[in-house]
Amino acid sequence: MSLGLLTLIVLGLAAFGFLLGRGRALSSVKGDPRALHSLPAYYGWSVALATAVPALLVLAAWLFVQPALLQGQIAAQLPADAAGSTDLAMADLRRIASGLDRLEGSLPAADLAALTQDPAALRGQLASAGVALGAEIDPAVLKAATDYRAAATRGQGAMVLVVALIAAAGFAIALWRIRPDLRARNLVEQLTTLVLIGCSLIAVATTFGIVASLVFESVHFFRIYDFGKFFFSTTWNPKFGGGSDLGLWPLVWGTLYVSVIALVVSVPIGLMAAIYLSEYAGRKVRSFAKPAIEILAGIPTIVYGLFALITVGPFLRDWFAQPLGLGASSSSVMTAGLVMGIMLIPFVSSLSDDIINAVPQAMRDGSYGLGATQSETVKQVVLPAALPGIVGAVLLAASRAIGETMIVVMGAGAAAKMSLNPFEAMTTVTVKIVSQLTGDTEFASPETLVAFALGLTLFCFTLALNVLALVIVRKYREQYE
Amino acid sequence: MTDATHPIAARGSLLVLDPRTKARKAAETRFRLYGAAAIAISILALVVLLTSVLGNGLGAFRQTFVTLPITLTEKTLDKSGTRDPEVMKKVTTIGYSKLIDTALTEALAAKGLSTEGLSKKELSGLLSQEAAATLRNQVLADPTLVGQTVEVKLLANGRVDGFFKGRVTLESAARDSNISPAQLELAQKMREAGLIGLGFNMAFLTGADASELRPEAAGLGVAILGSAYMMLIVLVLSLPIGVATSIYLEEMAPKNRWTDLIEVNIANLAAVPSIVYGILALALFINFMGLPQSAPIVGGLVLTLMTLPTIIIATRAALKAVPPSIRDAALGVGASRNQAIFHHVLPLAMPGILTGTILGLARALGESAPLLLIGMVAFVKDFPSAPPEGLMQPATALPVQVYQWTQRSDPAFVERASGAIIVLMVFLLIMNAVAIILRRRFERRW
Repeated sequence: MSLGLLTLIVLGLAAFGFLLGRGRALSSVKGDPRALHSLPAYYGWSVALATAVPALLVLAAWLFVQPALLQGQIAAQLPADAAGSTDLAMADLRRIASGLDRLEGSLPAADLAALTQDPAALRGQLASAGVALGAEIDPAVLKAATDYRAAATRGQGAMVLVVALIAAAGFAIALWRIRPDLRARNLVEQLTTLVLIGCSLIAVATTFGIVASLVFESVHFFRIYDFGKFFFSTTWNPKFGGGSDLGLWPLVWGTLYVSVIALVVSVPIGLMAAIYLSEYAGRKVRSFAKPAIEILAGIPTIVYGLFALITVGPFLRDWFAQPLGLGASSSSVMTAGLVMGIMLIPFVSSLSDDIINAVPQAMRDGSYGLGATQSETVKQVVLPAALPGIVGAVLLAASRAIGETMIVVMGAGAAAKMSLNPFEAMTTVTVKIVSQLTGDTEFASPETLVAFALGLTLFCFTLALNVLALVIVRKYREQYE
Repeated sequence: MTDATHPIAARGSLLVLDPRTKARKAAETRFRLYGAAAIAISILALVVLLTSVLGNGLGAFRQTFVTLPITLTEKTLDKSGTRDPEVMKKVTTIGYSKLIDTALTEALAAKGLSTEGLSKKELSGLLSQEAAATLRNQVLADPTLVGQTVEVKLLANGRVDGFFKGRVTLESAARDSNISPAQLELAQKMREAGLIGLGFNMAFLTGADASELRPEAAGLGVAILGSAYMMLIVLVLSLPIGVATSIYLEEMAPKNRWTDLIEVNIANLAAVPSIVYGILALALFINFMGLPQSAPIVGGLVLTLMTLPTIIIATRAALKAVPPSIRDAALGVGASRNQAIFHHVLPLAMPGILTGTILGLARALGESAPLLLIGMVAFVKDFPSAPPEGLMQPATALPVQVYQWTQRSDPAFVERASGAIIVLMVFLLIMNAVAIILRRRFERRW
């Protein structure tokens, strides 16, 4: 039975429960709702919630836990390869299992059963079904794959049964409890509150999931790759045959170089734009310029990436890099930095705008009263007062620049280098995460797992910047009251 | 007295500015100019960005077609004469391309165009490799066509298309192994004779992606459908979860360490780089839970997690904007706290919540980095079926399709990618416009 159908059945039962519960409550007082503790609908809701909530929760938990349990069970059966890891065999197993699922639709059951005894024939059949396998199928793996499928089917069956039972039990118990003096409203409200709390936990669970997945796979990586070499080596040279150099520094250098250029572009422009809009611009200019800058903020990064690739990159190459003899590559640190700078302008300007507007008018008036010009007021009164906020905004922009992916993937290039020439192609942490994880490499190799270590580095970097921004804003903010 | 020696006393006419005032005034003007320049640069950047994308992309909506009268002979297409599509499927595209070649030669002869100096292969090279498949599908869909002579609109080769759009020139064709100047000259003559023309390219919006060699046939259909599926999942999951979280945090939660932790969490999640969400999806949904790669469900789930903070922040702002007097009034006439929230506060906050949700969806629609990691970059030619099964089948998404096309070598794909960006921007524009209208019409100021 498919998942969608099961969910629909549970929801249908809940809807039916609502009607039945409401009817039962009303009939228990002979149709006079005044004799009930709560409004009749609450009795219905109590049945509906008792039916659906626990059943769906169990369903979700089951979907989450079953693959992990099964995997652990099956992995024990698999032959370990030279490195003592079963990941390769596990990947094969998954492919075989999904291939068998596909074949199941087109072959009679008897043929399929015969095939599972014959690895060589199966490989051909799988290939024709669009599942390509690298090597010959190991009989032990095939056996495990069939077991895996059988266990998965059993698990699925058990899940349907358990979920249906829980739904039915909730339905029956809630319906049985309906009496005129049942405090249905309190019950429903308690349940709703629980559901709301559960939803708010998803945010925490997401953070936990991010940290756990990054740390877990990074630990995996550092088990097969030297910790010191990753953090202190200055060469990045992944090879498919193994023996790669996976030093972090060239990537960090590229990331910082691009980010610095982006900040050099965006901070002055964004800040001046914000100052001009809030201190100088007339109504007309503001009503036109502000939305225009906001449009810049709404444009997806892929569009900026394309802009870097087809317009800015060739332009910089033909007008600057080649005449100056600095390189002939259209993807360069400069390209990515400039375009990212444009992307960050609205970010910096809207943050600064809020901060500048928070400086009280009285301070400006005081400055004007002493004879300062408008620009002197801005430079010597408003900006110093807004400085912590502006520093915070710059840090947030930096964290954005470091984590930005599409622009650098399309604009910065892929060569890991530590060079000072801004017209040379360099690469960043995010680019390498994408390129290491999108290839068809095996999951257990250090070349793939390094992406998780890079991700962890990136996550820590941006988190630290965000926290620092928050701390600076909180600590140094002047309180004007 | 010191007053007497003060520089002001030594000043000349009041009508002439002293150097210091002049310098201050000049600084003022300069500062103002810097500000104006900053605005000008930002707007210039926007204009250049939009014109470069629009200028490159508009061509993708027009396509070069060859219109030919083709005789669909029964002998080649349906030997059995049963007109049964199942039987006719045995005839591959090779059979159809022969018919097309004959028709092309005849049409050229009828218009009196000389094909001297062009080999047979070069002649059929004027048409897309997709042409035969198009014709085959057309015939299989309507077997009664067999035996008749029908006017068919077929795709021209990508280079011929580029020639009419100015991307390919006679000089560049001389260096190109895929097209020769003689072919292009013939195409020019065919255009004058009315055999070739540019028309609106519906297939760009509805068709599937095509291989590297046939940019002229590449379409956005699968990407649009995949994006739509993902948006559906994001909407269905993130709206209720986001609203529930906001209600709890804003209206019910006690202020303590635990709720503080949740709040800091949400603020941080909003600032986590999108690529990190991609890593999470890869590790959790694909490796741990075993969901299929490049499926809309995985993309939808990861985009949901990314959109949640946006929606929560917007919803909380909307809830905060409802004045406490509404709650007090509801509580005063005997409503429970839940009733006050669900019957009074929430409906009043709904326009703000919906606006925030649409803006969050718009952001999710343009997001591509996490989708790269979950295998959405795969080449997908088949349309996913209707939900719910379709959610588990491979698909791609609009922004990822753009990325994919930019990775291909044929320059015709740059035009396609820019065209796809236009489609994406039109969707974003519509969503933002809806959000603005919602805000204008329904949002109440208290």
